[in-house]
Amino acid sequence: MAQIIFEAGNRGEKVRSDCWIGLEPRTSGGLQIELTSKVEKLYGESIRQLVREMMDFFGIANARIQVEDFGAVSFVLMARIESAVRKAGLDGGKRYLPEYVEEVPPPVRDRFRRSRLYLPGDQPKLMLNAAIHEPDGLILDLEDSVAPTKKDDARILVRNALRALEFRGSERMVRINQLPLGLTDLEEVVPHKVDVLLLPKIESPEQIHQIEAKVDEILSGLDEPRELFFMPIIESALGVINAYAIASASPRNVALAIGLEDYTADIGAQRTNEGRESFYARSAIVNAARAAGIQPIDTVFSDVQDMDGLRASVLEAKSLGFDGKGCIHPRQIRPIHEAFAPTPEEIEKAKRIVLAFEEAEKKGLGVVSLGSKMIDPPVVKRAIRTIDLAVKSHLLDENWRENHENG
Amino acid sequence: MKTDKLVENAAGRLVPEIINGEHHVPYKGVNKHRPSGRKAAPPIPTCIDYPWDGDKRVASIKEALKKAGLRDGMTISTHHHLRNGDYVANMVFDAAAELGVKDLRWFPSASFPIHANQIKHLESGVIHHIEGSMNGPLGDYCSRGKMRGTAILRSHGGRWQAIQDGEVHIDIAVIAAPTADPFGNANAVRGKAACGLLGFAEADAMYADKVIVVTDNLEPFPVIPWQIHGNYVDYVVEVESIGDPSKIVSGTTVLTRSPDRLKIAEMAAQFILEAGIMRDGFSFQAGAGGTSLAFAVFVRDLMKKHGIKARFVRGGSTKYLVEMLEEGLTDYILDGQTFDLEGVRSMRENPRHQNTNPFTSYNFHGKGNFASLVDVVVLGATEVDVNFNANVVTHSDGRLLHGIGGWQNCLYSKTVILPIPLFRDRIPVIVDEVTTLVGPGELIDVIVTERGIAINPRRTDLIEKLSGSRLPIRSIQELKEEAERICGGKPQKPKLGDKVVAAIKWVDGTVIDVVRQVLD
Repeated sequence: MAQIIFEAGNRGEKVRSDCWIGLEPRTSGGLQIELTSKVEKLYGESIRQLVREMMDFFGIANARIQVEDFGAVSFVLMARIESAVRKAGLDGGKRYLPEYVEEVPPPVRDRFRRSRLYLPGDQPKLMLNAAIHEPDGLILDLEDSVAPTKKDDARILVRNALRALEFRGSERMVRINQLPLGLTDLEEVVPHKVDVLLLPKIESPEQIHQIEAKVDEILSGLDEPRELFFMPIIESALGVINAYAIASASPRNVALAIGLEDYTADIGAQRTNEGRESFYARSAIVNAARAAGIQPIDTVFSDVQDMDGLRASVLEAKSLGFDGKGCIHPRQIRPIHEAFAPTPEEIEKAKRIVLAFEEAEKKGLGVVSLGSKMIDPPVVKRAIRTIDLAVKSHLLDENWRENHENG
Repeated sequence: MKTDKLVENAAGRLVPEIINGEHHVPYKGVNKHRPSGRKAAPPIPTCIDYPWDGDKRVASIKEALKKAGLRDGMTISTHHHLRNGDYVANMVFDAAAELGVKDLRWFPSASFPIHANQIKHLESGVIHHIEGSMNGPLGDYCSRGKMRGTAILRSHGGRWQAIQDGEVHIDIAVIAAPTADPFGNANAVRGKAACGLLGFAEADAMYADKVIVVTDNLEPFPVIPWQIHGNYVDYVVEVESIGDPSKIVSGTTVLTRSPDRLKIAEMAAQFILEAGIMRDGFSFQAGAGGTSLAFAVFVRDLMKKHGIKARFVRGGSTKYLVEMLEEGLTDYILDGQTFDLEGVRSMRENPRHQNTNPFTSYNFHGKGNFASLVDVVVLGATEVDVNFNANVVTHSDGRLLHGIGGWQNCLYSKTVILPIPLFRDRIPVIVDEVTTLVGPGELIDVIVTERGIAINPRRTDLIEKLSGSRLPIRSIQELKEEAERICGGKPQKPKLGDKVVAAIKWVDGTVIDVVRQVLD
């Protein structure tokens, strides 16, 4: 009788850092592990050991397990094996979790979100070194970059990545699928220290509420309480109309992003580099986000070869009031940071404002003034942020006050 | 060869003193071996024996080999300037097979996947063994212990040294020439298979008993420039095609898009700026590998930004180096090989684009070594260990897959930087001990990985210069541990056979290490 093989993962000539699992449950004969691996001579034994441990963990005593390995690291192998086990219905609700590889600090509401790098949730190769390129945020994407047939594999891989991948200080982000599939994503990923959930194709505050209820429920069931933030993405005409209601729908919201690919299609326009067709929507998003006290974030720049176009696009986003930009290639990160960095004039002005503010505070004055001009609190706040950004961009020394006073 | 004949060399590696029946000296340490005696020389010819009209043409390679006196056990040399597009080396051994000779030693300057053709000649006994770098299928064949003799791998400079010192006597040299005349003058700047220069064949022309030039672009005497002079040449053979131009040089050289490689290259460029190496009048060498090429481009950008000009740049040249030359960012390109059509054009047109050979650049038994005049070189490696020793010929599983090229020779540069990834797929690149020792750690100064830069503790000057840098300077031990952590622990030691399948020579002709048979 032909046996059913439950498959997970990827195989093929171009596959790297991944593996394919074929699990064939049997009724007798013990475990039969068939491994082919490009690192057979270096890690063959440890791969076999992992398979045995996981079969033991899931209580599978009899099965043929084919492993075609293309240099997958442990957390990837674990995800693929678990995925095959779950497809076979043999997981018994258990999860085989890798250890955290780094200390994960609590999420911070108010931080720079200039760049966010999308990582396709089913491609481990792109994940391993992503953090070394120092984006402000790393997004493990379960939505558009994952084929419908790979959603289950990706969800487990992303969960494992949240534990076993180094983020090195980049904000830990996951983009979930639209509801209802997104609810399944939430159950898998939320318990594993996500900082920000990106919520795609949001059109109404009700959608946020629905996600929020699920997230609250999952978080309240955890041993350690943890904060979790939302970045809704607006990608339709209706979403733009409801932007403020969406931006203010939850205290978990920290940023509001726009996705132009779908938006331009929705309004029946071609997406252009100049972006005249989306000017209204982008301004509306900036305005709604600011009104709700959260960060407006611009769409991705999708031509990875065009660095000049990217710079121009970021400068335009900055001029419209956006605080960040999406990217799909690590080489886009630095140009984004450079373009969002304050200009020398902005830094000088910010320094004078901050010093005037501190002087006024020292003297106990209620009003800050610079020359003949009064300075309002939001301006001071903005100036402090400019200084922080300048320091972070290595344009200003941390101890600039000393140098300033020394002349 | 029996393993009980192995002796421990100065690097602590067990190596044979007798290889293929000939004596070899075990490695004694860097700069420890002194040669003695006189250089080798070919027999004295007389022009009485050559056509007075200067027409040395014969009908075919087979005919030329026959006239050259080919017989069993001889050494035949070929060269790799046509790279993976070369037809000539295959034609030579196909002809030798037709002539029914056996047990030849093939002495290529390097071999490529296209030379997998020779496997059938190894199997049938036409070729006894290969002495030369093996890339791809031949390396794999050799790794499995299938070759009858033991391979010997030498650097480009080491190959010249071995010929010059009489360690390898070439009976017949066959030189593939993109352009030649009937007298045997040849160059590589013109013709369908133009590849820039013929430097790898020059020693063979000077020292071999018989020299055959094979061309697919015959011009009337005199072919100028005569990169190979006809006075060295016995026979000229005209063939339909010496190689596939599309696999000889690339039309355009494309920069890597790998963000990790670009990051590594950029860090290496930034490093030489901050170390004060990049300054007016400096020199550098970078190959055509993805990371090296990107390094050259980042160096160019930094030079422009800081108004710095180089005195010379070492090739392999590409359009990027040519641009630097033409923009005045360097006074000269001293070129060992050209990798793209722009390189060939520049070599043909620009007197400041100077062709070199392994004698002028690399030969250790010479009156100086201009590799040691180069301020900084960036090189690849398959593995580096915590003592900065490096491997370029085998992979961590023990398979022989690459040649040495000029790599060992370049280690004499004032600063040697290896920009390498910390791991490839799941294979750690920084390890406890290299599988095969090809470059001694005392000559390797800096390892640049995407996750940090390690400076050899011997280079206190560099450590001091970089002390305030924002570059992530770390210890090599830390980097090794990080590589192991990402890859999931220390790898197993691959089980290798006892049989020695290849010996690795150091630049002075001593044996630095061996490669053992890979078991399936």
